[in-house]
Parts: sequence; structure tokens; C-alpha cells
Amino acid sequence: MQPILLIVFLPLLAALIAGLGNRTLGNTLAKSVTTGALFISCALSWPIFLSFVGGTAEPQVVQVLHWVQSGSLTFDWALRVDTLTAIMLVVITSVSALVHLYSWGYMSEDPDQPRFFAYLSLFTFAMLMLVTADNLVQMFFGWEGVGLASYLLIGFWFKKPSANAAAIKAFVVNRVGDLGFMLGIFGVYLVFNTVSIPEILVRAPAMAGSTIGFLGMQWDTLTILCILLFIGAMGKSAQLGLHTWLPDAMEGPTPVSALIHAATMVTAGVFMVCRLSPLFETSEVAMNIVTYVGAATCFFAATVGLTQWDIKRVIAYSTCSQLGYMFFAAGIGAYNAAMFHLFTHAFFKALLFLGAGSVIHAMHHEQDMRYYGGLRKHIPLTFWAMMAGTLAITGVGVYWFHAGFAGFHSKDAILEAAYASGKSAGMFAFWTGVVAALMTSFYSWRLMFLTFYGKPRWAGSEHIQHAVHDDHHGHGDHGHGHAKQDDGTAGYHPHESPLAMLIPLGVLTLGAVFAGWVFSHAYLDSAEFWGSSIFYNEHLMHAMHDVPLWVKLSATVVMLIGLSSAWYAYIVNPGLPAKFVALFKPVHTFVYNKWFFDELYNLIFVRPAFWFGEKFWKLGDIGLIDRFGPNGSAWVVQQGSRIASKLQTGYLYSYALVMLLGLTAAISWVLVN
Amino acid sequence: MTDFPILSLMLLVPLVAGVICLLVSAQAARTVALIATLIVFVLGVVLWMNFDVGGAQWQFQENIPLFAGFSWALGIDGIALTLIMLSVFLMPICILASQSIEKRVGEYMAAFLLMEVLMIGVFAAQDLFLFYIFFEAGLIPMYLIIGIWGGADRIYASYKFFLYTLLGSIVMLIAMIWMAQTAGTTDIPTLMQYDFPPEAQTWLWLAFFASFAVKMPMWPVHTWLPDAHVQAPTAGSVILAGVLLKMGGYGFIRFSLPMFPEASAQFAWLIYALSMIAVVVTSLIALVQNDMKKLIAYSSVAHMAIVTLGLFAFNVQGLEGSMVVMLSHGLVSGALFLCVGIIYDRLHTREIDRYGGLSINMPKYALFFLLFTMASIGLPGTSGFVGELLSLMGIYQVSSWVALVAGTGVILGAGYMLYLYRRVAFGDQKNADAAAMPDLSLREWAMLAPITAAVLWMGVYPETFMAPMRGDIAALDARLARAKPAGDANLTLGSPKQLEEHAHEGGAH
Repeated sequence: MQPILLIVFLPLLAALIAGLGNRTLGNTLAKSVTTGALFISCALSWPIFLSFVGGTAEPQVVQVLHWVQSGSLTFDWALRVDTLTAIMLVVITSVSALVHLYSWGYMSEDPDQPRFFAYLSLFTFAMLMLVTADNLVQMFFGWEGVGLASYLLIGFWFKKPSANAAAIKAFVVNRVGDLGFMLGIFGVYLVFNTVSIPEILVRAPAMAGSTIGFLGMQWDTLTILCILLFIGAMGKSAQLGLHTWLPDAMEGPTPVSALIHAATMVTAGVFMVCRLSPLFETSEVAMNIVTYVGAATCFFAATVGLTQWDIKRVIAYSTCSQLGYMFFAAGIGAYNAAMFHLFTHAFFKALLFLGAGSVIHAMHHEQDMRYYGGLRKHIPLTFWAMMAGTLAITGVGVYWFHAGFAGFHSKDAILEAAYASGKSAGMFAFWTGVVAALMTSFYSWRLMFLTFYGKPRWAGSEHIQHAVHDDHHGHGDHGHGHAKQDDGTAGYHPHESPLAMLIPLGVLTLGAVFAGWVFSHAYLDSAEFWGSSIFYNEHLMHAMHDVPLWVKLSATVVMLIGLSSAWYAYIVNPGLPAKFVALFKPVHTFVYNKWFFDELYNLIFVRPAFWFGEKFWKLGDIGLIDRFGPNGSAWVVQQGSRIASKLQTGYLYSYALVMLLGLTAAISWVLVN
Repeated sequence: MTDFPILSLMLLVPLVAGVICLLVSAQAARTVALIATLIVFVLGVVLWMNFDVGGAQWQFQENIPLFAGFSWALGIDGIALTLIMLSVFLMPICILASQSIEKRVGEYMAAFLLMEVLMIGVFAAQDLFLFYIFFEAGLIPMYLIIGIWGGADRIYASYKFFLYTLLGSIVMLIAMIWMAQTAGTTDIPTLMQYDFPPEAQTWLWLAFFASFAVKMPMWPVHTWLPDAHVQAPTAGSVILAGVLLKMGGYGFIRFSLPMFPEASAQFAWLIYALSMIAVVVTSLIALVQNDMKKLIAYSSVAHMAIVTLGLFAFNVQGLEGSMVVMLSHGLVSGALFLCVGIIYDRLHTREIDRYGGLSINMPKYALFFLLFTMASIGLPGTSGFVGELLSLMGIYQVSSWVALVAGTGVILGAGYMLYLYRRVAFGDQKNADAAAMPDLSLREWAMLAPITAAVLWMGVYPETFMAPMRGDIAALDARLARAKPAGDANLTLGSPKQLEEHAHEGGAH
């Protein structure tokens, strides 16, 4: 039995057992089965990854089952394991196992726990199928499979209308991207006569310079194929234009946000571009598009992140922004740097989300940072975990020691590579990236300061008031939720989370601190590590080391500026942000409302769809087709029979007259001819 | 085994059982019908087991000349085999789904068994006129099922259904007579190889099109379908969506394409235009429906448009994809109608807003419903995906525009189905009576579980269903090759110089 089979199919088995067993099985058993399966998968994945790091492993493909054969088109169920897959295996199984464990604590009061754990494991299975795919169609299977799991998990609390709306939105917006992916697959088959990824990559260079017709225009073949596939990646990875579903996806339980909407699923697009990197390398135009879209997303999401109050939304926009970094890294050809950032980001972003979950847990489901404050002393372990995550995402490190938190290594590598690429798209990405890094630092520290520092502002929170009210219920009507203490706590006492939630935080903290430093060499400097799994741009990697010192220090400098300005605005002079907002009211409104993307899409897609549906139905089907079709013909028949029945008078002479007239007419017709 | 007239037996068993049903009590009629349909299903399995995949194109042939060149000729190829399997698979489930029928049970069961005879007959007939008789006679039991056991507006619906479907059939009969005269045979396999003069093909094609387009149904002759579905009893809807709609697609693949290849190519753009309109328009209409059955009926029109596109793509992927979509849609839309029927039996309304939050009191039901919803929107791993992928891939090779427009069905389909699911299964339990409904009974389990298994099987290992028809599709593809339209891809390779340069660059890295 190949370990990869166990890694991939144990989560599926566990999902089926927990999901179908559900209440018969009971909470504990369902949770144990799924969590156990994930820890086994995780334990099996790390040796594979480390053997690639050590250079002892060979890429392999394990056939599972024949899938489809139609004419010359054929594809199978197969599991591919190479360096790129191995990285994803450890990311997915580690974060997933930890999130399973975390959910023991976070979801402990939920009545539907088996269902939740079944969905989590199902998601993990689909994600593993995606990253082990050896052909584009299996990748698409995983692609849509994670979409299903995401849909189910966002809408897990299905009684909430907002959760349902967010779930549908996530699925439908992703489908827009998926249509691009599908058209890309069709185009690939048309051009290469295969959907097998290795074969496409081998044959791609020979197609350079060829053109193909698409939508009535003649395009460079490889450019259009890459663009179509990239549209799929944009949907899944929430890039500008197709990003609207990701912030709404925060309606799901927080462990879901950590696993799916931060660490794994949303990085699928980056994975896809890296997996197909030799194909993307053949098209300068497509690479530039990837770079510009990535850079634009990176900037856009960071601006929105600056203004949000919901702790999860800030992290969601931060995720969107970090994905932008990964994409423009891929766009300039630094696929290894993109994957490195994907790897480190998975740890620190999962950490931030799970930390936020721990805060929300402590604050009785309050998510608005305006009602936080001063939590440092109450939940110190969560605070330190979040601190490690923040240090990692803002890229704290010392250049001269080559040592820093995880994000320091990967983000700096991306910025340096962008500068070193020498392309105009690369320079654009570099400057956007630097500005976004400044904003990243600002909003991350803003989150920390608002949440953990200053005085408690909990009294304003309805959730907290409910909690206090419930506590005081036994004591008569003194409390009644309106207990207003001067310290702003409303008499509420946050508690640190249980061990099941703290252990994952601890493990991820290790990742956020060390993942960059330990693996930096393998990811950034080792062509052997990557083998043939991606296009490794040796030239760019060398050039990266020779960029001017100011470029290397730029990320650190902007990080410090962001930190100090956040410190000034939220600790030293807390009245400043409000004044600032008042000064730039229109800009703030625009950014706070996420650049009005949702309103725009609602206006040009959603409402017209319903309007047209109504018109096509009432005016088209009923008003035109039925009216002049079946109902019309019925009317004609009725009228006809009425005339016919009038003619049938029953008098012999009238029949005789008609016969006579007919006969005369017939005879005269014959004679005339 | 090969000499045994198994096809005739499969027609005889339900016919005899139908007559018995008319004579016995209601309860006995239910039992007789269930046993008879199960026997036919077993015969179907025997048929499939003995079907020689990769063997002769036509198997299990029977031929008894009757009069005037008209003969009792039966025989199947892989295409017919899979569609017969679909029919005999759905029949016992339909009988199980008819538990709530209480008036004239004997006649009802007889009508269904007669329906089964005619469905198998349509797919097995090898004589032009025998096909015509089965094809048109199929209207009668369905007309009765809707008209007698249907809902409040059943008379209007059955009349509309009959009017529409009869309209096309008259011209088709005239065309058939002309063909028999010209070719001198009524043998379908022979006619499939016969080359009619291209001028004649044009009007022959149109005559057949008039009939098949209505059966399919294609836009704009689809408006009978929503009404028929809404009024039909659950089992009637299952058979209507599951098998009757497939007769149109079967007609195209058996008659229009092989017998009139040139005309098919000539009219391909008509098909594309109507299908593209159907995908977009009916999907949007489905989005605004408040009646569950109407919503699923409109979604059927959109799915059938994908079938016609695949069929007229003139390539293997398109043809095979269309066949898989037909099989898949037969299972999935049948199952969706069963899902509607299950809650209709409890609450006696199809209005979506009367439900809500069913995941709470009917979790098992919600799971099945979710699975079929996902299959309907073509989630990979279910049968819907394989068919949709192949047909769209087929049409993409002809025109990227058509593929793009038809592909919007993928997005809109997700929209209306998830919107439906949300309103039925998610949300609060706002209606006390809907919240009090019990979960699936054992009988309902027995209806949905087999379909689930088939849907997943076809999604994960479609080879089982595609292998029998592979040879037939290849033969059809070869026959169509001469009329095949050129695609819009115009793939032109770059100049050798560019290639060389690129190779050089690649080496430098």
C-alpha cells in the first residue's frame, strides 16, 4: 500500500463514516475518527516532504482507477507526488489536522458536530485530490470538490440567512472562474490532444508562436490558454474582480476560515499556476497579466483591510492581499518564491485566524474590534500566539543575520525577485508590494492594538451584554445586561481557550516563527529540491541576491513605518483615526465599502438576472409562445369549429347547393385547363 | 442465449402484467406492477450481461415479417441498450413512488406498464414504422396519466402536451413513408447507411426535427413541459423527465444524424442558436420560479440544450457526452422529481416558500436532495459532470462562442439549484407543518438509494456505461465525418524561426 493512498483516502473514509454515522455515531466517536485520520495523513506526509528536502525522493505517479475515455481524450484517477505536491501535502494535512483538533474546543457547544467534522475531512480529501492531480480534469475535480466543501462549511450555520447567502455567493462566483478553467481545459485538449499535465508541459514550447481562434479573434495559442486557466485561478484564489466571495465567506465557523479561506483552498490558484509554470513561461503576455492582477489585488485588499472593524474581515482581506503577493511572484517567474510564501503564509495565517477564533471564543462571539481592547492580560496565551502571527505576516527580521519570522523570508524574497526581474511589470509589482507591505504592517498592528491593548471597550457589545445578562440571570434584575462599570468591561471576564485550541495555536506559532528560517534554503536556492516539478528560474534566483541593499531593506523599513504609525494612531493618540477619517470622508467611504464591488455586481449581474428571468417567463413563455402557440391554435380550432357548426344547418337543400357549387367549380376548372 | 427473443419478452412481461392489473384489486395491482417491473429490470441486467461489447453493432435481433414489408423487427446497439437500461431501472422506482395514488390504481398501474412496453419498444425497434407506432403511442399512456391522475389544471396540461407532441409527428410520418418508398426498405440499420440525395435530406431532416424538437424539448417548443410536469403525478414526472425526453435525443442520434448527415450539418447552426437561447433563457426563468416542479422542468430544458449541442458537434466527445448527459439527466432529474414528490406527499404543495429548514427535521432527505442538486449542477464525481464536460468539450471544437454561451449554464445552473436548495433545506423552520414532517421512510429510501449509487458510479467510473456505446458512436462519427463542419479554432503553427528562437531561450535558462 502506497502511503499516498492512505494520505488521500483516509480523510474521505473518515468523512463518510462521520457524515453518514452522524448522530448514531455520536460526537466523540465522529470527532475521533476524523481527527485521527487527519493526524495519520499528516504523519505520513511529513516524511515524504522531508525526503524531497533531503533530496532522496523521486517523483512518482500512483494509478488508482480508469476514469474517462472518449475518442482520443482519456484521463484517469491518479495520484502524483513530486516536490510541489509534497509541499502542499504537508501544508494541507498539518493545518487540517490542527484545525480538526482546534474544533474540538471551538465547536464543543455546537449541536451538529459530526456534520462539521465530516465536512472538514471531506474538504481535506478534495484538496488532496486537487494537489495530487496528474491531469487537468482531476485537478478540476478537486477544484470543485473544495468548492462544495467550502459551500457547505460557509453555510454550516444554515439557519442564518447571511451564512446561506455567503455560501451561494462563494459557489456561484467560483463557478465563474471555473467556466474559465473549463474553457481552458477544452482549449488545452484541442491544442495538445491531451489533458495530462506532464504531456502538456512537454509539448507547450513547440506551440510557441502559434495562433488560435477564440471568440472570433485570432490569439496567441499559449497566451489564451494561460489566460483561461488563470481565470479559474482568480476565482478560487479570490483575485481582484472575483474576490467578492472571500470576505463574505467569513460567515463560516472560524476554524473553517483558517483551514479553507486562508491556508489551503484559496491557495489552489497559486498552486495551479506553479504546477503549470512551464506553460505560463511560454507566454510573456500571460505572465504579465498574472503579475498585474496579483499586484492590483495585493494593493486593493490591503486598502480595504485598513478600514474594517470585524476582526475576521481584516484577516480575510489580508489573505486576499497575501495571495496577490504569491501571484505576482509567479507572474515574474519566481514560482519557488510564490510557493515559499504559500507555505509560510499557511502557518501564520492559520495561526492568526485560529487566534482570532480564540479571541472571539473568549469574547462570546463578538467580532467587532471596536468592542475589544485590553485583552492582553486576560488571554495571554492567545495574545502571544497572535503576536507571533503578526510578527510573521509583517515580516519582522534582521537582514544581516538572515533570520526573522516566517513572512520575513518569503515576502522579502518576493519583493527582491520582483525588483530583480527587470521587467516593467516586475517593477510595478515591486512598488505595489512595498506599499502593500506598509499597509499590511499597519492593519496587522491596528488589529493587535485594538484587540489586546488600551482599555476594554466591551460594554458596548451586545454579545457581551447577553453573556453578562445570562450570568446575572440568577441574581435578580440588577444586572439585566446593562451593568455599566467604569472600566468598560461590563463586568465580563474573558477566559483563555481550552487546551484543544491552545495546542494548535502553539504548534502553528512554531511554524510562524521557524518555517521561513528553516526552509529558506531549500525553497529559494535549491534547484535540486524542486527538480522538474516547477519551472525553476535559476537566473532570477541569482539576480535576486544582487539587488541593491535598499531593496533588501525596503520591506523592513515599511514594516517599521506601519508599526510606528499604527502605534501612534491607536495607542498614543487614539482620537487620531476618527479625525483622519472625517478629513478624508469620501475616500474612506469608498474603501470601507470595499470599493463598492458588491453593489456594482448586484446592479449589473444579480438584479438583471432576476429581472430577465421574470420577463422571459411572463412575457416570453406565457405572453408570446403560449399565447400564439398552443392557446392560439386552440382558439383557431374553436373558431373554425364554430363556423363549421354554423354551416352544418341540417337542411338538405343547403347541402345540395354547396355540392352543386362545388361541382360547377370543379368542372369549370377542368374545362379551363 | 442469442437466439432467445429476450427483447420481445421484455415487451411481453409488462404488457401481460398491465392486463392483469386491470382485472385485480388495487393492492394486488401494486404488487403485480412492482414484481413485473422488477422482472423486466432483471431481464435488462441479463440483456446487458450478454451484450457483447465491441462485438456486432446490432445484437439480439429478431425479425418476423408481418405484412406489406412491415415487420416485427427488434434489435439493439449500445446506445439503445443504455437507454433501455435507464427505462427499466426507473420503472420499479416509479411504481414505488406511486404509493399516494388512490383512485383507479389498477388502471394507473396498467398505464405505467404500457408506458414501459412502449419505451422499450421505441429503443428496440428496428423497423421504421414499428418505431413510429411505439414513439407516438407513448403519448397515450402519458396523456392519460396526466389527464386522470394529475393535479388541478391537468386537462389544460395534458391537452397542451398532446397538441405539441402530435403536431410534429404527422410530418414525420409523411417523411417516413417517402423514405420507405425511396430506399425500398423500412429497416432502420439499412436506412442508417442509406445516402439520401442532399436536397431531399433538407426537408426530411426538418420533418424529423419537428417531432424530435418538441420531444426534446427545444426552445421555443418547450412550454408544454413545465405544465405537464407540474400537473403530472410524481411517477409521471419521473418517467417524463427520465425517459420520454430522451426519445428526442435518441431520435436525433438514430435518425437525423446518420440518415441525413449533410442536412444535419446544414442545420447545425439552427440547433446551436436554439440551444444557446434555451440554456440562457430557461436557466434565467428557472431562477424566478416559486414552484419546485416548474423550476426543475425549466432546468431540464437547459440540460437538454446541452444534449443537442453535443449531438450536433459532429465529434466523438460531443456525441458520447450527450449520451452521458441524457443518462445522467434521466437519473438526476428523475431523482429530483422524486425528492419533490416526497415532500409533496407530506404537505401537498409544490410552493417553495412553504418549506424551509428541512435539514433539521429531515436530515437524510436533505442529504439525498443535496447530492442530486450537486449532480444536477454537474459537480465532478457525479454523472452530471462527465456528460457536461464531454459535450461542452465537443462543441468547443466547433465554436468557442457556442461553448462559452452554453457554459454560462454552468454558472446559472449553480445559481438556481442552490437557491432552490437554500429555500427548501436551509434557513429557519418558518412553517410549523413543514417542520413537523417526518424523515424518509424505508420505501423512500429504496427509491433514492439506487439512483444515488448509479449517479456516483457514472461519475466515478463512467466506463461501464460508455464502453457499450463506444463502437456505435465511432461508427456514427465516421459516417458524419464527410459533413463535419470546420471548427473556429484555426490552429496555425508559428514559423520555424520563432520555434527555433524559443528553443534557444529555453536552453539558456
